[in-house]
Amino acid sequence: MNLTASVLAGDRLAIARLMTQVENATKEGLAELEGLFQYTGKAHIIGVTGAPGVGKSSLVNHLARYFRHPSQEKAPCTVGVIAVDPSSPFTGGAILGDRVRMRDLAGDPGVFIRSMATRGSLGGLANTTAGLIQILDAAGYQLIFVETVGAGQTEVDIARLAHTTLVVESPGLGDDIQAIKAGILEIADILVLNKADHPGAEIAESALRNALQFAPVTQHNSYHHGEKPKNQKKIEISVNEISWTIPILRTVASDGKGIAEVAAQIECHRDYLITTGEWTKRDQIRLQSELESLLQSSLMQRWRNSVSETSYQEVLNQLINREISTTQAVNLLIDGGFSQ
Amino acid sequence: MAEKKIRVLVAKPGLDGHDRGAKVVARALRDAGMEVIYTGLRQTPEMIAEAALQEDVDVVGLSILSGAHMALAPKVIELLKLNGQDHVRVFIGGIIPDEDIVTLKEMGVTGIYGPGTTTEEIIRDIRKAVTEKSK
Repeated sequence: MNLTASVLAGDRLAIARLMTQVENATKEGLAELEGLFQYTGKAHIIGVTGAPGVGKSSLVNHLARYFRHPSQEKAPCTVGVIAVDPSSPFTGGAILGDRVRMRDLAGDPGVFIRSMATRGSLGGLANTTAGLIQILDAAGYQLIFVETVGAGQTEVDIARLAHTTLVVESPGLGDDIQAIKAGILEIADILVLNKADHPGAEIAESALRNALQFAPVTQHNSYHHGEKPKNQKKIEISVNEISWTIPILRTVASDGKGIAEVAAQIECHRDYLITTGEWTKRDQIRLQSELESLLQSSLMQRWRNSVSETSYQEVLNQLINREISTTQAVNLLIDGGFSQ
Repeated sequence: MAEKKIRVLVAKPGLDGHDRGAKVVARALRDAGMEVIYTGLRQTPEMIAEAALQEDVDVVGLSILSGAHMALAPKVIELLKLNGQDHVRVFIGGIIPDEDIVTLKEMGVTGIYGPGTTTEEIIRDIRKAVTEKSK
């Protein structure tokens, strides 16, 4: 079945079906995705991350509605939403509940919402999230919101996938030491303090503000779990260029307060990325990291196919009997002549 | 490669606000390894059909306790067909009188479950319906 043409024409059923095929990593699905790749790269990808329950879905709901019905004479944008929730590590099942907060978007043909489960992936996204983004991008959705699972400190994959990353915080999540720890705050382009009507909002905001004072002005280069990719071109940031100061914005997503300001900053950040050339750089970083993770899984698969189960068990037994160390086991398996 | 996951939309159409049953079923399906898209209360048939389309689900589960099942369920089925989703199986949980069960099944509802149904029964029927479909 040729879904590519239908996806390019914006057919919603075709989009949904291709997404399923890509999630299930079917051969046909991946081939269709290859065909779509040349049509991608136009959408503004906005990541939304933060701890569970800070209001990510409600925020996305309001932001999407805002961009569908912008004030002044601006043209409305079409909006895609990909909302990721965790799969159970025990059964592989999942409850995907982000749509509950996005009911205002129902019935709008300019909005496409897809829920996805992480299916064993760590880092706050699913392995196929990038593929689903590409489908929405090729189908012509102009803004794509990607909502991560409720993230703790190290679920920072979204920063490599998105042009603009919103980190959502809420009052009462920790003191100023939490705020200067490495991790999720480092990836923010825009910080949103949601539930700003709750007690403690002042303190939370000042902790975030203090934390940001320690941060260098423009720093953007997200590495996977702290490891630096090899051959990565140094990203030079010339001093003359305009720098981006991370704004801290207060919202009350349950009743839409502060949404217009967040939307304005998203647009500002987009303009900043384009005028400084950062847009292209981020695109390159994203493609490189997609390439590397695909390389990793393909090489792993190829290696696995080249080693017989008995040789693998043999080495594993030696390891379990403490005859060899883990490093020795790895060396044996890779260079030890088990390849057929 | 990744296996095919069963995706189920659990929705509460209409105006009754009792979603405990829907949540219990959603949780049981999750524990059976399915991906459950939960949409929450007070959904219109249009909202349900649109969500089923975007999420490309295999099954739609409707929880109806209000007595409006004869109005809501056929509408959902009609809209699913209109969207090209003839293959999606519809299940209903709730209080449904016996005479309505016959009519609803004729209209295309795959399974109807009243109080006292075990979650195992629902899981088994969903698995069966989805495997039959993909044959």
